[in-house]
Amino acid sequence: MTEIASSSSSAYARPSATRRDIGIKRRYAAERRFRAYGMAAILTGLFFLFVLLWTVISNGYTAFQQTTVTLPIEFAEKIIDPKNERAANPSKLMSANYPLLVRDALVKALGIDPANRADVKKATDMISASARTQLRDIVVANPAVIGTTVNVPLLAEGNIDSANKGQIDLTVEESKRKVNDQQIGWMKTLTDSGAMTKNFNTGIFTFGASSRPEAAGIGVAALGSLYMMLIVLALALPIGVAASIYLEEFAPKNRLTDLIEVNINNLAAVPSIVYGLLGLSIFINFAGMPRSAALVGGLVLTLMTLPTIIIATRAALKAVPPSIRSAALGLGASKMQTIFHHVLPLAMPGVLTGTIIGLAHALGETAPLLLIGMVAFVVDYPGSPMEPSTALPVQIYMWANEAERAFVERTSGAIMILLIFLVVMNLGAILLRRRFERRW
Amino acid sequence: MSMNTSLILLLILIVGLAAYLAGRSRAFATSNGKLSVLHSLPGYHGMYAAICAVIPAAIILAIWALAAPAYIDGSVRGALPEAVHSQGAATTELALGQVKSVANGLKLLDEAELAALNNGSANLRDVLAAKGVPLAGAGEAYMIKSAEQFNSMTSTSRMLMAGVVLLVAVAGAIFALRGITAPFRARNQVERVMLWALMLASSIAILTTIGIVGSMLSEAIRFFNSVSPASFFFGTVWDPRFAAAGSEATQGQFGLLPLLAGTLYIAFVAMLFAVPIGLFAAIYMSEYAQPVVRSIAKPLLEILAGIPTIVYGFFALVTVGPFLRDISAQLNGLVTGSYVSFIQAQSVLTAGIVMGIMLIPFVSSLSDDIITQVPRALRDGSLGLGATRSETIKKVVLPAALPGIVGALLLTASRAVGETMIVVLAAGVAARMQLNPFEAMTTVTVKIVNQLTGDLEFNSPQTLVAFALGITLFCITLCLNIYALYIVRKYREQYE
Repeated sequence: MTEIASSSSSAYARPSATRRDIGIKRRYAAERRFRAYGMAAILTGLFFLFVLLWTVISNGYTAFQQTTVTLPIEFAEKIIDPKNERAANPSKLMSANYPLLVRDALVKALGIDPANRADVKKATDMISASARTQLRDIVVANPAVIGTTVNVPLLAEGNIDSANKGQIDLTVEESKRKVNDQQIGWMKTLTDSGAMTKNFNTGIFTFGASSRPEAAGIGVAALGSLYMMLIVLALALPIGVAASIYLEEFAPKNRLTDLIEVNINNLAAVPSIVYGLLGLSIFINFAGMPRSAALVGGLVLTLMTLPTIIIATRAALKAVPPSIRSAALGLGASKMQTIFHHVLPLAMPGVLTGTIIGLAHALGETAPLLLIGMVAFVVDYPGSPMEPSTALPVQIYMWANEAERAFVERTSGAIMILLIFLVVMNLGAILLRRRFERRW
Repeated sequence: MSMNTSLILLLILIVGLAAYLAGRSRAFATSNGKLSVLHSLPGYHGMYAAICAVIPAAIILAIWALAAPAYIDGSVRGALPEAVHSQGAATTELALGQVKSVANGLKLLDEAELAALNNGSANLRDVLAAKGVPLAGAGEAYMIKSAEQFNSMTSTSRMLMAGVVLLVAVAGAIFALRGITAPFRARNQVERVMLWALMLASSIAILTTIGIVGSMLSEAIRFFNSVSPASFFFGTVWDPRFAAAGSEATQGQFGLLPLLAGTLYIAFVAMLFAVPIGLFAAIYMSEYAQPVVRSIAKPLLEILAGIPTIVYGFFALVTVGPFLRDISAQLNGLVTGSYVSFIQAQSVLTAGIVMGIMLIPFVSSLSDDIITQVPRALRDGSLGLGATRSETIKKVVLPAALPGIVGALLLTASRAVGETMIVVLAAGVAARMQLNPFEAMTTVTVKIVNQLTGDLEFNSPQTLVAFALGITLFCITLCLNIYALYIVRKYREQYE
């Protein structure tokens, strides 16, 4: 084969018999194979990215909808306050039998015989137990509501919510599923009458921790995360920038600064859980700060984020050309003035990009927060960073450990919210870099 | 207490602000409208005054806030009855703790209740419980006296502190303001303080390391006081619970080896998964890909690095674990006919694969950087000699990049060893030494989390062991990191 090709191709071709077989075909095949491996590797990586995001989104998008049952609740005085003592003792309103109101309304809406206890129980099971606090809050906020009938949208119980979203396989034998046929019949009745509707789920953004999936939300956890991010921003940015300025512009090149440099690179690679141990032993055990507080979490995340910010800031300072410094110094500025008036403003886009990336990293960090007691069941919004709080990724961790189908949905929904935050932060960093980065 | 301290801090800052404004206007006044006679701009005079006002006062405040509680504790402890002291240091500490809760509670009581307590007609514990202050033990009479002493000393100390600190702030401001003259070199003074502040900031990095090592070492030493280092480092059984009372061993067993085995095994599986994919992806992107493909594929792959690890843990728990379990059942069914899964949902394989996915972008971006650093001339030489591109990569580029790639892989391995959330959700909690990747094993990080979550007291070996585990983990990753950084640094210098 090579013979024919070479003899016709050129007058200078060597006699074909002496041409060695250099295995060009085999080598080209190897080349193609090698290339295919590379493509396959990239595609595999992208495939996993796709599967990961698909898992989260397909499980999670339904978390932004919630089934509610709007019932005409009669705030009967004989149930809430039978002895008419609310004027003297307002705490009576806190402990009234609100579930009874729900039961009566439901029994009326579904036309169940109130004497049939089993049916009544099955029916009331369809409404979230959070209805109790919901009605209580309505009455406590406005006692004048007693004696009137008001349409109140109540949360459906988690399994009913799942069934309404079509997530429960109805072909499974009745005894093996969480929703029985009678309840499904009632759901149809309620849906047909317009009482049961699927609405946008505002609760997932505002509620705190709850053992009932329908009443659980990330609001409280998000506030804890916000506190921590503010602390990280307020501490890590100035300290990080100050440290980088010293190391980059002032520090003499000696063994000590070399040690600091190696040390910072190392700190950037220390496992995050070690920072949790540090926080537990220094901030909580030694300094006596409160456990589960966003303050401690913020401090731990600050220490964790500092190396990232320092490395980014030093790179940004290094990128500012020496001519800027020479010009400022030549006009009589002091070294401090040169740096703070000229070099640092030019380096600021790089500094901010590094800071945002560090913050995004801190926002998604879970492990150190587990150790300082932020795995807490926090129902109320923390009023200050000193109060017990939890964080968004920790809330996700706690929900991930719950077995119920409705919690898988909530977890995925919360992950989507977290990822959206991270995407926004990273996009911000990219835009900042594109918009303000200068090439010298 | 903290409110009070922050209020004082606020007052100091207000004094500082006033000093700044006064200093600036005084400098203006000194210049008689001709700024050029001043050595420093008026702003620097202002800042100098503010520094003189704030910094000494803040230092005194910090020292006072740290030292006073220790001093008060000491004198209240000293005043406790002899009967308490005679029962040993632990009892004394306990009593002191109770006195402090009583002291907190007393502040909530009104005159009548206090009088009832003092003449003995009311029970201390019940009165405080009614105010929402739970008391650990039964309150004793001496505690009220000690608590009152504690409260009065605390309030005296606080008033003294406020007075002294504010006085120092005002004195500092006046001193600086009086010193303002045209030739005064305020800028140099301010810049000297700024330089000190910058140095202080950069020392935080060192302090963090010292803090990590120091805190973990001291807690680990407390652990090694009750458990011998040999049985920790060479023990093969991890069973930290207390044994039944009266039995030979009164403590659990804290063998590190099963945890270390699990950690290294899972990290190994993860590397086995991530290294080929990451390396080939890096080679393709740096050597073959069109710029367009590269500019899309590289950031997409790096998204994987930005996803929080808790999300990977959830992915393992919900998708990968059940998938492996089900597919193994199907495979088993096809081969043997019995549909029993041989891969557990929580297993070394699950954790390894998911961690591997997380590590792909680390391997690929680090290797990509290193491969692109190999000089063009090496490639051109090889291609010019007739080698194909893959031959060039295999025979020239990779060998040249090898030290750097090894460094990158070591850094990746250190991440795999220290990873927590994926293994917490995907690897299981069973501390076993075995070789089957389809079974659950546990890791050092999982056990740190297990030992330290929930309600706990910090004096038992059960919780202190977490610090011994932590320092082990820290040492392993530190060695990997230092060696990796050393290799990467050394390699970088070669072509520069």
